[in-house]
Amino acid sequence: MAEGAAVVGTGAPVRKPVRRGRWVPYALLAPGLLWLVVFFVVPMITLGSQSLQEGNIDEGYVFTGNVSIYADAVQRYWPHLLRSVGYAGTATVLALLLGYPLAYFMAQKAGRWKNILLILVIAPFFTSFLIRTLAWRNILSDDGPVVAFAQSIGFTSLLQAIGLTSNDTLLASKFAVICGLTYNFLPFMILPLYASLERLDPRLVEAAGDLYASPREAFRRVTWPLSLPGVVAGTLLTFIPAAGDFINSRLLGNTETVMIGQVIDSQFLRVLDYPLAAALSFILLTMIVVLVTFYVRKAGTEELV
Amino acid sequence: MAVLSWIRRHLLAFAALAVLTLLLVPNVVVAVFSFNDPVGKFNYNWARFSTDAWTHPCGSPGICESLGLSLRIGVTASLIATVLGTMVALALGRYQFRGRAATNLLIFVPMATPEVVMGSSLLTLFLMLGIPAGALAILIAHIMFCVSFVVVAVKARVATLDPRLEEAAADLGATPAQTFLRVTLPLAAPGIAAGALLAFSLSFDDYIITNFNASPSSITFPMFVWGAAQRGVPVQVNVIGTVVFLAALLFVIAGQVLSNRRQRAV
Repeated sequence: MAEGAAVVGTGAPVRKPVRRGRWVPYALLAPGLLWLVVFFVVPMITLGSQSLQEGNIDEGYVFTGNVSIYADAVQRYWPHLLRSVGYAGTATVLALLLGYPLAYFMAQKAGRWKNILLILVIAPFFTSFLIRTLAWRNILSDDGPVVAFAQSIGFTSLLQAIGLTSNDTLLASKFAVICGLTYNFLPFMILPLYASLERLDPRLVEAAGDLYASPREAFRRVTWPLSLPGVVAGTLLTFIPAAGDFINSRLLGNTETVMIGQVIDSQFLRVLDYPLAAALSFILLTMIVVLVTFYVRKAGTEELV
Repeated sequence: MAVLSWIRRHLLAFAALAVLTLLLVPNVVVAVFSFNDPVGKFNYNWARFSTDAWTHPCGSPGICESLGLSLRIGVTASLIATVLGTMVALALGRYQFRGRAATNLLIFVPMATPEVVMGSSLLTLFLMLGIPAGALAILIAHIMFCVSFVVVAVKARVATLDPRLEEAAADLGATPAQTFLRVTLPLAAPGIAAGALLAFSLSFDDYIITNFNASPSSITFPMFVWGAAQRGVPVQVNVIGTVVFLAALLFVIAGQVLSNRRQRAV
């Protein structure tokens, strides 16, 4: 495709199909990639540099290359880091358990309702997620019907017993934060699952049945392995934003559910300790990259088996 | 027993329906509470029916200004991101070039980076360059995180197009510019529209990154909602949330009907 590039624009009387020049793809790429380099890659470097500076907001910062800030940050905030990974991991598993049946139903069983269901899954996206998260405060409010019902069947006592809530209501608890995270990132789980389940040929499952596989066995050996690309994509798209999120922990949690994103936000914008906040940002990013790499490796090999 | 076996057979449908309900309940609650007349500052418990907020949607100070700013930033950011992203997607889908793997990586990584990291890193860049926080900084940030999503949406569409259509246009004597405008662009249009819509909704909805780059004079709608959540959310927020939801639903349904009709016409 790239040969014969130089003739473009020379006015030579060639009648063979004009090939666009060798430079065309680079011209197409340049503005977009330049934007990403200047406003995504360069900021990562300034963030790294900021974490190794010392000083304060009034007198300015000087680069000292003092890496002990990282040890300091981990020592002070490891509970928040662990909590963020724990909440995000739990929400990801819950979203997978909830999202899989819906995605499977839409892809394989919904027939002509498929498009309508797809619209209904995407539609909530278009209301600001802050407003939707606040709506959970209405739904789970202390003297609302949901809490009354949960109390009557003993669900609140159960949650309290396993330490997910601290009294017999639902709001301002670990439980509410994890539910909020699950709810908010559920569409990110459903859409990739749907995309890979839609490509699944139902005849493969039928064939498994013909070969005397029980429905459970057919799911385990045929459907699930073939949907793995969707599972991997969906879990990543849920886990990564959930680990950095602080909207849910702020609106639905309490002082014991503070996640690392909230610490970074307040260190940057209220405490104005830029080096510490920058170091925490980097630690969060590194942690996610390490976990995701491990996960993709493992999921990747399972897919091959 | 018959009932039990009927339930068993439709277990999957029930599970799917239950999850769908879970997804939609908050939107219904937002709509219902837009007709509430709350006692006190907080709109958490139902008091009595009222259409006050619907007849005075700008009744809360600052709400419509913030909505206006969000719409302006959303439209500008999605337009620019759509142009940049479409160009990148065409290069990836239509050309061979060196550095494809690096390009794909650069497109993918911003989508896999937590927003709080992107927001804070941009803040350090703007501090270093002396770019003041405000609408311009927000716009730059929004274009940055929207580009990748546009690339993905457009690339998916471009990948399904038959390259022979473009070759045919060239064989019939069309210049590269004519081929692009009259063949490639119309065929890629649904992907471009999807990318633009996605970019707009991402920009319109963003709080975390925006918060890092905003100033007191550039309050976007999500920032207004966040601020209000601390001191009591005005009912008008529910009205605007409901209107945006219905408008988007209408938009998506219209798009579906249009594409169905076009498919039938072919």
